[in-house]
Amino acid sequence: MSLQATTSQTVGPYFQIGLSRFYIDDLTGPGIFGDVIEIVGRVFDGDGQPVPDGVIEIWQADAAGKYVHPEFLQESENIQATDGQAEEQRRGQSAFRGFGRVSTQADGSFRFKTIKPGRVAAPDGTLQAPHIAVSVFARGLLRRLVTRIYFPDEESNVEDFALKLVEAGRRHTLIAKKLSDGRLEWNVVLQGAEETIFFEC
Amino acid sequence: MMQDMAKFRGYRRAEPGTQPNHLQPAYVSSIKRAPAKPLVYLPHTLSETTGPSFNSSAIDAKASDLTRQGQGEPLGERIIVSGRVLDEDSRSVALTLIEIWQANAAGRYRHNGDQHNAPLDPNFEGSGHTLTDEHGNFRFMTIRPGAYPWRNHYNAWRPAHIHFSVLGPAFATRLITQMYFPGDALLPFDPIFNCTGDEKARNRLISLFDWETTVCEQALGYRFDIVLSGRDSTPWEK
Ligand SMILES: [Fe+3]
Repeated sequence: MSLQATTSQTVGPYFQIGLSRFYIDDLTGPGIFGDVIEIVGRVFDGDGQPVPDGVIEIWQADAAGKYVHPEFLQESENIQATDGQAEEQRRGQSAFRGFGRVSTQADGSFRFKTIKPGRVAAPDGTLQAPHIAVSVFARGLLRRLVTRIYFPDEESNVEDFALKLVEAGRRHTLIAKKLSDGRLEWNVVLQGAEETIFFEC
Repeated sequence: MMQDMAKFRGYRRAEPGTQPNHLQPAYVSSIKRAPAKPLVYLPHTLSETTGPSFNSSAIDAKASDLTRQGQGEPLGERIIVSGRVLDEDSRSVALTLIEIWQANAAGRYRHNGDQHNAPLDPNFEGSGHTLTDEHGNFRFMTIRPGAYPWRNHYNAWRPAHIHFSVLGPAFATRLITQMYFPGDALLPFDPIFNCTGDEKARNRLISLFDWETTVCEQALGYRFDIVLSGRDSTPWEK
């Protein structure tokens, strides 16, 4: 290896100026296939105080478990649409971008509207449980924190490639809770007893 | 597909010391925000080796010139910041989104949270974006940002810097960093710049003054190359 990756630095308190142009809180839209979901949550620091100056980015597959990315295009070219639903899925995939970005509000809250992702392969050949990859940036964080959102009532969670790496007593920090109104709640605790699982990525 | 998966290659992890630790007591905001528990090592999957991208149709071509966003010209020293986004194997990172933001020449951000009593400049917004070209090159026209005070410790001043955000080819390569200026007397005192243990890695955040990109009677050139993680050379083993 000839070079080393550039050092990360904090996003600081004024990221709104630079990052707000590409804020995307709604990943749904015409031609996008899948179950629409709404994820709400809050970000807390080690004192349980809300973090009002954080950025949450999400990256996810479409409902058919496809990522909009060249590494996936090669693979999907080999997949033939065999019936109407597959064709719908194929078209839906092209409209879905898979990327969201929002800042937290004064009370530390954030919200995304998206579709539930399908399952994608793990390096060991198994299928991962449906999940959303998450980056957390904030003043005070010199590097981004990487975590994942999983879904409640998913039987595949027990055999998931990444969840199996996490001690059982902390897995719940990665799994959203279903609220009575149908929305999903998933919070980020940066530090402390209920600290969210963060991955070295 | 199973066979492909058996040969799956992720992205390389940082060399020890070349990235900051999460907890930096000298940077007070990190104390209650840094995770206290060890991170869980995640072998990369398709979720990490794919990542977002934007088409050129999403890009405002004028957004790479921060000196043309108002009615008139912003005050300050015009500079050209250019460079290349590449990976650790020197491969170009083409067509990736770069976003920048910065204080004006007086050291004031156009942001409600910035209460520094330096003047705002009606002709300077302080934000820009662009896509790298097919060789990974980018170029911004802007003004040199001023130093500004912050409340981290007594008489704390941030050295002049421009915030950079780069998406890169994959979720695993996502980077947000800051570019500094050569010879800035505030650098040795800044806990954010100094949070990276490896001195060489730290110093790579300092741009280079560059005659090649300096434009006669127009603007000084500074060069800032951004290196993203390279691809693992060995496939993931079961
Ligand atoms: Fe700043």
